[in-house]
Amino acid sequence: MTTLLTLDNVSRKFGGLNAVDGVSIAVEQGEIIGLIGPNGAGKTTLINVITGVHPATAGRVQFESRNITRARPYQIARLGIARTFQIVQPFPKLTVVDNVAAAALFCGHARSVRDAQAVAREQLAFTGLGDEADRPAASLTLARRKRLELAKSLAMRPKLLMLDEVNAGLNPAEVEDALAIIRKIAEQGVTIIVIEHLMKVVLSISDRLVVLHHGQLIAQGAPQEVVQETKVIEAYLGAKYAAKREQLH
Amino acid sequence: MIYLQIAANGLVLGGLYACIAVGFSLVWGVLNVINILHGSFIVLGSYVALFAYSYLGIHPFISTVIAGAVLYALGYALQAGIINRVVMAPVLITLTLTFGLDLILNNAMLAAFTADYQAVNLAHPLGVVQLGPVFLPGDRLAAMVLALLLTMLLYRLLRDSRIGRAIVAVRMDRDAAALMGVEVPRINAITFAAGAFMAGAAGALLSIIFPISPLNGPLFLGKAFVVCVLGGLGSVPGAMLGGLVLGVVESFSSYWFGPEHAVTLSFALLLVLLFVRPSGLMGRRGYE
Amino acid sequence: MRTWLVLFVIVLLLAMLPLVGDNYLLRLATTVCMYAVLAQSWNFIGGLAGYPSFATAAFFGIGAYTSAIMQNYGAPIVLGWGSAGLVAMIFAAFIGGAILHLRGHYFAIASLVLAEMLREIINGMPDFAGGGKGLNLPILPISVTAQAQFFFYAMLGLALVCTATAIVIHRSKLGFSLRCIQQNEDAANILGLNTYAYKTAAFSLSAVFVGFAGAIYASWVSYIEPPDVFDVLISVKPMVMVLLGGLGTIFGPALGALILLAFEEVVWRNFLTLHAAALGLIIVVLILFLPNGVLSLWNDWLPRKKPAR
Repeated sequence: MTTLLTLDNVSRKFGGLNAVDGVSIAVEQGEIIGLIGPNGAGKTTLINVITGVHPATAGRVQFESRNITRARPYQIARLGIARTFQIVQPFPKLTVVDNVAAAALFCGHARSVRDAQAVAREQLAFTGLGDEADRPAASLTLARRKRLELAKSLAMRPKLLMLDEVNAGLNPAEVEDALAIIRKIAEQGVTIIVIEHLMKVVLSISDRLVVLHHGQLIAQGAPQEVVQETKVIEAYLGAKYAAKREQLH
Repeated sequence: MIYLQIAANGLVLGGLYACIAVGFSLVWGVLNVINILHGSFIVLGSYVALFAYSYLGIHPFISTVIAGAVLYALGYALQAGIINRVVMAPVLITLTLTFGLDLILNNAMLAAFTADYQAVNLAHPLGVVQLGPVFLPGDRLAAMVLALLLTMLLYRLLRDSRIGRAIVAVRMDRDAAALMGVEVPRINAITFAAGAFMAGAAGALLSIIFPISPLNGPLFLGKAFVVCVLGGLGSVPGAMLGGLVLGVVESFSSYWFGPEHAVTLSFALLLVLLFVRPSGLMGRRGYE
Repeated sequence: MRTWLVLFVIVLLLAMLPLVGDNYLLRLATTVCMYAVLAQSWNFIGGLAGYPSFATAAFFGIGAYTSAIMQNYGAPIVLGWGSAGLVAMIFAAFIGGAILHLRGHYFAIASLVLAEMLREIINGMPDFAGGGKGLNLPILPISVTAQAQFFFYAMLGLALVCTATAIVIHRSKLGFSLRCIQQNEDAANILGLNTYAYKTAAFSLSAVFVGFAGAIYASWVSYIEPPDVFDVLISVKPMVMVLLGGLGTIFGPALGALILLAFEEVVWRNFLTLHAAALGLIIVVLILFLPNGVLSLWNDWLPRKKPAR
């Protein structure tokens, strides 16, 4: 396996706050990584660092053979790193198909607006949004808008796809649908990093878990092993609970 | 010694600039509306003081309250009746709307008072005050002190009164404030009216220093802009600092380069500042 | 195709105006064409990209002064006009690089200050640019009627080129990208769009035709001074016209120019001293009651097409 993305001792400060603090991770080609941690652990900030929205204040980010630590968001997007947002970010007045076409066009996968719209319709069919193609994006339900985010990032033909809570606010049936799509994307060879709060979902989909707490990497490895680690349980449930659990075992 | 005198002149001017800008800054920060009317509000305040003095013999310092009250009423009516209807619209819309309102108000003043420069000639001026090596005209100094007092009064009201807290809440998060039971449209109107009050009061104070004409409206508006960008949005201390800085900068630049270049220089300062630090000297990043 | 046809018919009809109209009507039509250019140009940055630019007067004044200064140094009129647009565009590209990272009100202020700065700078250059006294331009050695026709056709031609450019841009990748920037700039950036470059392109586009218009205007009136060509109303009126005709549309700006100038003409004739207030009143009424422009009124009156079931 080859390494796709390397974070080397990456930190991001906001004023005096270390939102991400000395994190090193190597992401291998083709894996699905579950990025977990309690609220405020720095998961979304880490994604913002990788995509160049809030560049790292220390450390180095490398994608394939390029150093992208200081690159601009649009440059990073064109290299093949796509993301979805926790809070959806559509172009509200454009139609669904134009939203997706924008992604294809801006990443350079289509020459003209018309070509981009053709690419977009394929992606919409793949993600099951074909029926809503010509409606304005603002008129979609939340679940559909989350799906639209996914379609947009797929139209960028990413090598690395980062999904920031694509399942938050969805009902169980919608979550199942979304998972099926994510698996299909992974089968095409796309490397995926998933931020997710639903533990069941993370465990069922990830090849590897990475756990952040207070901006630091506290554990990584095979999912079933990582969730047994005392440090991880402490982070989520507090030291007292972890100690009691130790005694029981 | 001359530098001390120039600095003192600048501070006196700056205190008045702070008073000019603080209402403008409040409206911008809380309502996200650039009130192009602000310059004309100040001029109208000056006219109120002028007429109060020439017909009723009321000293302009006392007229600050009268002019403030008149402008408060006008401001409340404008916000509640007109601007509130588009207050959530994009920048372009609110900006153009206040520009249109300003054209009407300014034109009305031109028609009513003519463009001729008029002045308040005090019957009993306070003479010159000596502070160590520095000489200052007493009326200017008194106007500056009053201006700073008014500005601080606004600051206390925002911090300590119930309505003041509601205004600050709306500034931070309009929706959350509404959920906490703040009547947002009314707070909008009060905020705009308070901004107009400060403009009117500033106008009354300025009436004893600057000649009065509707043509001065854009000049005052320009000062308010520069001070706001210098000090950062919507904060009273920011406006005070910005005003004092602008006063001193103008005072020194007119000494070094001649008074005709003072305006150019303050605009150049504005452009440079927008370029390097759009959040203002004291401002936090992230405000747009 | 239909858009091109509409443009062709309008221009053809307007081109026949000198056959029927007198010099007064021709002067009015020249002004309408000039403001159509200004409004259309503002639409690139303000309507498509959603950046409230007040820089139109700066570009206009730069165009006027570039051409006037060059002609005073003996350059032929064609060279003066040609350079005016280019200088305005280069200025916009440079300044755009500096101020387009600002958003909302901050951008509006920075662009507003540009014209004020330029006015002060020209005022301070009495030898080179005439200073506050203004500059005279060479008068064309042809009859008054011929001059009226010449400047009318020049402005009409410019309006035609400007509108044709707008049609092409609206359908191109540039137009599409600018609309995305207007709706969600950060999202566009994260999808791979170099938003900064596109905004700068839109800003430069909004300058080039205005620069030409300023140059033609200067030759037309044959005398310019700073408060005239850097007037803030030159920035504001095109915005009002675009709002009047419809933001981000192709024929809206020209239509808005026609309506506003026709209205102004009526007010000028009858209530000269209340001219500014009348413009203000239009703005207030427009924003409160017709936020989508007069064309929306038209659409409301048309019988609705029933959606197919």
